[in-house]
Amino acid sequence: MTEVASEPAGRDSRAAPLIELQRISKFFGGVIALQNVTTSVQAGEVTCVLGDNGAGKSTFIKILAGVHSHDDGHLLMEGHPVKFSSPREAKAAGIATVYQDLAMAPLMSIWRNFFLGSEPTTFLGAIDVRKAKRVAVEEMAKMGIDVRDPEQAVGTLSGGERQSVAIARAVYFGAKVLILDEPTAALGVKQSGVVLKYIVAARDRGLGVIFITHNPHHAYPVGDRFLILKRGTSLGNFAKSEISRDELTQLMAGGAELEALSHEIESVVRPA
Amino acid sequence: MTSAAVPALPAAPVDERLARSSPVIRFLIRPEFGALVGAAVVWGLFASQARSVWLSWSGTATYVETSALFGLTALAVALLMIGGEFDLSSGVMTGTTGMFAGLFAVHSGLHVGVALVLSLLIAAAIGVINGVMVVKSRLPSFIVTLGMFFALRGFNLWLTQQVTNQSQVTGVDTSSGYELGRRLFASELFHIGRTGFKVAILWFVMMALIGSLVLTRTKVGNWIYAVGGNRDAARMVGVPATGTKVGLFVTVAVCGWVHGMVVLFQTGRSNVIEGVGQEFYFIIAAVLGGCLLTGGFGSVVGAAFGCLILGMTNQGIPLANWDNNLYFLFLGVILLVAAFANEAIRRWASTASRPSQGKIAEVESEAEQLASTASAMVDRSGVAEDGAER
Repeated sequence: MTEVASEPAGRDSRAAPLIELQRISKFFGGVIALQNVTTSVQAGEVTCVLGDNGAGKSTFIKILAGVHSHDDGHLLMEGHPVKFSSPREAKAAGIATVYQDLAMAPLMSIWRNFFLGSEPTTFLGAIDVRKAKRVAVEEMAKMGIDVRDPEQAVGTLSGGERQSVAIARAVYFGAKVLILDEPTAALGVKQSGVVLKYIVAARDRGLGVIFITHNPHHAYPVGDRFLILKRGTSLGNFAKSEISRDELTQLMAGGAELEALSHEIESVVRPA
Repeated sequence: MTSAAVPALPAAPVDERLARSSPVIRFLIRPEFGALVGAAVVWGLFASQARSVWLSWSGTATYVETSALFGLTALAVALLMIGGEFDLSSGVMTGTTGMFAGLFAVHSGLHVGVALVLSLLIAAAIGVINGVMVVKSRLPSFIVTLGMFFALRGFNLWLTQQVTNQSQVTGVDTSSGYELGRRLFASELFHIGRTGFKVAILWFVMMALIGSLVLTRTKVGNWIYAVGGNRDAARMVGVPATGTKVGLFVTVAVCGWVHGMVVLFQTGRSNVIEGVGQEFYFIIAAVLGGCLLTGGFGSVVGAAFGCLILGMTNQGIPLANWDNNLYFLFLGVILLVAAFANEAIRRWASTASRPSQGKIAEVESEAEQLASTASAMVDRSGVAEDGAER
């Protein structure tokens, strides 16, 4: 459909990808937040965006989520160029974003959070509470979580379960693309495993998933494509067949820098 | 739209990580519960101290009417507090709206009906200004509305002195169309024996019902909880956070107008600093009703019980022949008790619940299962390194 010169020939191009970024750039005044970043997301696949703090991951998410709009380059959705000017627009286009901290109002019940912003109404804005509760329980069950009481406050759920409420919500509301912002960053090993399981579940249900993380060990097992960001620029955009886990880790950590760091640490530790 | 056709993960049989909460506990932590108990205790106290008056129809009418008058503004203040904001200019709105209606009716010679509409529009405009200033500046509403409070107080005194040479507007009761205003805001609704019950009580009950329905049963109510509980999250899922907050400030101002009109048509004159200082009573009523100062939690019905507590105490202390200063002492103490109780409930509701002792083994075996799922996906060394990283 659209010719992309910079796209590595890792994947045979069948249909137009759900989302395609072509040399996207974003500037804040004199600061280059993101420059010439190119990647794509296919339905039923997971694209991982890796990068350290300050690499531009947040800017990347916010462009897709409609919080910022890009200054240069092309953003294509199913082959059509788009530019979002509000989170509402991005959501209407089928892009759902699950933020690590911002996802939920903790004192509100599961069903209220589940339908927040998209309440099923009967007349005069009255919520169909019975339907809302039933759907919330059903959809959570599809993610493998048994909710006994949809009135339970979301704040009483564990971190992984809260993520899963947000993911189940996005899937139910017809998201085509699910963006997960560091969903495993604040979680322990076991809880991270739970979230990875939900990512796979969402992928198997045909969504394109964008998984933002700084942990290559979480990214590699679930990812089909890897975009590595560093200081606002792309270090590479690889299909899984093009890169091994060790290479990914190496690239992510910035090989030479890591060596310099370990020298530095040694020199600090030794004299003491 | 829905994903019924898509294959789903097999549901876990029973998830022990989710605590079961009994219906009794769920009732006890409802925001209304504390205020209901408090109102019952206060009623009982004065029933024992001033039995003959307290149980009579005229005594009942007195404290219900006082409570209703507090509630005209306090219920809206409760909604605003659930939405995460304060309005310190809510008290002075009583005098402000009364002054404008009075000036329009007496000194501009307009029909009272027109004066009512114009003062309502001014009130709504003040609400919009409050709301827009708070939302756009992202300053705490405490400071923004404190500024509005002083500005209005000074403006009211200045304007009335310019027009009438005193700090009140008199003669409303002889202006054209006064009967319309009196009937709407200050007439007697019904009589029991020789005791009249004022129409303000009807306004109060209607506001409590409508406010409660909107909060708990409509999408706007869901948005109010959400902008108070987590404004950024609400915005991210498409809730019109700005509109919701500005709407709440307008609601407070419009309810302040109703309050102002009731006072105006009960007395037939407007004292322009009427209501100054009452903003704190409105906040106390909301907190007694279980509303969190930080927003995101609370109840309109609870705030209505909070108003009853205020009204009963206000009338009960003189009826029981106690020293009037005890009123403030009492308010201070119950405010602290309510605030501590609310905070305890908030902490309980926002920390992950722990499974009971007997279930620990089951939970652990399930955790093992999850761990193996995780390690099957995160191949071999991945998990170990991740553990070290944390």
